[in-house]
Amino acid sequence: MRGLKKQRRIQVIALALVCLTGATALIGFALRDGINLFRSPTQVAELAPLPGEIFRLGGLVADDSISAGEGVQFFFNITDGANTVAVKYVGTDLPPDLFEEGQGTIATGTFKDGLFEATEILAKHDESYMPKEVIDALKEQGVYQEPKGS
Amino acid sequence: MLNELAHFSLNIALGFAVFGTIVPLAGATLRRSSWMQLAPIFSTLQFILVAFAFGALTVAFVSSDFSLRVVVLNSHTLKPMLYKIAGVWGNHEGSLLLWVLILTLFAACAAVFGKTLPQSLLARVLGVQSSITAAFLAFVLFTSNPFTRVEFPPFNGQGLNPLLQDPGLAFHPPFLYLGYVGLSITFSFAIAALLEGKVDAAWGRWVRPWTLAAWIFLTIGIGLGSWWAYYELGWGGFWFWDPVENASFMPWLISAALLHSAIVVEKRDALKAWTILLAILAFGFSLIGTFIVRSGVLTSVHAFANDPERGVFILMILGVFFGGALLLFALRANAMDSKGVFATVSRESALIANNLLLAISCFVVFVGTVWPLVAELLMDRKLSVGPPFFNVAFTPFMVALAVILPIGSTLPWKRAKRAHLSRLWPVAVFCLACVGLTWAMQTGRSLIGPVGLGLGVWLVMGVLIELYQRTGRGTGKWSRLLSLPLADWGKATAHAGLGITIFGVAGITAWQVEDIRVMAIGDSAEIAEFTVTLDNVEDLRGPNYLTTMADIKLARDGKFIANLYPERRYYPVAEMPTTEAGIDSGLWRDVYVVVGDAQPQGGYAVRTFIKPLANWIWTGAIIMAMGGLLSLFDRRYRVGSVAARRDPVEGEA
Repeated sequence: MRGLKKQRRIQVIALALVCLTGATALIGFALRDGINLFRSPTQVAELAPLPGEIFRLGGLVADDSISAGEGVQFFFNITDGANTVAVKYVGTDLPPDLFEEGQGTIATGTFKDGLFEATEILAKHDESYMPKEVIDALKEQGVYQEPKGS
Repeated sequence: MLNELAHFSLNIALGFAVFGTIVPLAGATLRRSSWMQLAPIFSTLQFILVAFAFGALTVAFVSSDFSLRVVVLNSHTLKPMLYKIAGVWGNHEGSLLLWVLILTLFAACAAVFGKTLPQSLLARVLGVQSSITAAFLAFVLFTSNPFTRVEFPPFNGQGLNPLLQDPGLAFHPPFLYLGYVGLSITFSFAIAALLEGKVDAAWGRWVRPWTLAAWIFLTIGIGLGSWWAYYELGWGGFWFWDPVENASFMPWLISAALLHSAIVVEKRDALKAWTILLAILAFGFSLIGTFIVRSGVLTSVHAFANDPERGVFILMILGVFFGGALLLFALRANAMDSKGVFATVSRESALIANNLLLAISCFVVFVGTVWPLVAELLMDRKLSVGPPFFNVAFTPFMVALAVILPIGSTLPWKRAKRAHLSRLWPVAVFCLACVGLTWAMQTGRSLIGPVGLGLGVWLVMGVLIELYQRTGRGTGKWSRLLSLPLADWGKATAHAGLGITIFGVAGITAWQVEDIRVMAIGDSAEIAEFTVTLDNVEDLRGPNYLTTMADIKLARDGKFIANLYPERRYYPVAEMPTTEAGIDSGLWRDVYVVVGDAQPQGGYAVRTFIKPLANWIWTGAIIMAMGGLLSLFDRRYRVGSVAARRDPVEGEA
């Protein structure tokens, strides 16, 4: 009885180790493609990202910058106060409900010849919410304002 | 006045929670029966006091009492009654009060139903539960008091976030909380068992129904949330691998593992230490989830404005309870000596595999969820982990789980022979044939569709074969089938539900058709085999919103199917627009239409999806929850309560 239990325990631990190793390897592999870096417009200006790299660009939607393109595509600028990046939205989803000028936003896409082609724009459920990365990016440029009200 | 009384009763409840922790735990250590007897009384009193406070807050919301800060911020007189009530938990303060209410509700239930438990075990369970209640009550009272008054009450409130004004989401938080917090009572049972230094079959039998109940609520809560995201956010997705979603999914995975390992403890007297660890982890992940959602440390598409200060308090609660529990586990786990032995091929082994796969998949989700934090703290890099990560790292474990499920559930306890599996061979061959056939038919698309479809069939057929096997040989098969214990029916139903959900997920992922275009009124578009026509767009008024509603005609092969009415709503009180999708639901596919703002060059952006098998995802979740419910009503859990009624001590009371 003792022997069998010990054997079982060793088998279970071995199996668990195999699973854990497999999971770690898989995580390491998946993390290479599955992550997107966050950049502020200033960071993009300082060091141009590799062409084709998918990253997230965050800041405020610049005032008077949203203009229509062909079909459902449209253009706008993302700014952090110091630098501005022109964005073309090429995604297939409709822009999120709370997307408007002066609001914080995060767009996902690639940077090509000075234009950021966004396939996705972060939506939020609450107008006073601002993504943490955007707050940090704005604070770095000293243009962050506490939200009014509550 | 009522509000002050409610606030006062919360303070008293905190007092009872502190006493309810110290007295029973000390009584159990010192073997003072009279001290331990106080535990159920303390727990019941906490529940009554917190329920009173919650009732008072509900009254404040229903009667629009704008002298309360939370009511001003989250309610409005024009809001429909359902959302006035849902507004109680549609905000941080109220939802925490709901959290505490459920904590005390579970304690009170344990006090009422637990009279047959050994006295010291019950006292310890309720003592630990009271300590959790005390921590959260302190959190409510010191950082998030819902009964804070405003100095100058305004005439009207600021309204509830319009996205939350939806029946699907009105009931999503209570269910999710019943699940999250339900795991607190299994946690208390685990800690009590560690303190007692004893885990036996009776313990397993006690823990299982509570875990089952929590798991059922979690399943329904997650299902409702996913369904809401599907039709309300207008993106047509059902799962985004977002931190807030993962926060609820991790406890679900662990509690599913716990459900299965508790069976082994109950029936085979093995896996004790592991089960205790799972019970601790399950509630630990509930707390981690709460921390992620409330603190705002992770950027989420479902994020609401939040306050980092509160995160620190939750982190402290998490550290004390999770850390303390793990420490206690490390000190006492070797006292849990398991007696049951089993062969390499047996149901025990299959359940161990189930547990390993569920725990590892939870680990993967956890790593993916907290990786942005780790990267920022250690490498000073800001990044996010997207769905591609989870698709690669999580899916293989779920596939493995689905593959072994029918095999494991047909295996007998202790030792299995190859003959037990013989009936599954034809099913396996049939499933592989399905995979091959669908793969050949769809040419050039991903493997997810055929594999998911094959797994779905494998699970459902596996359940049928298992039920057939249980009928035995000879005549009277039907009567034997009907007289199977409810727990077996529950198991079969839940496993079939999982198969149906996998089927739906595979269908929607692999065969979705999408289209976006600008349409003028009168335009038609051919999408897959459907014709979509934009008939009209008009501006209308709802009870508390303005809406631009499109009238879209859906036809197939020239035959009219339905009119869809997607909307763009604007809520003036919250100054917030929302999107309402127009959905034609069917058994085999949903047609999902969203309309955008008017385009400057005329016309409207119209986004159309054909979503195959969409409803199967949530139907599967409901079936899983039903399976859990059937299992919960199994006779062996009721037999205990019948015995309780005959108990002489009970008779005197």
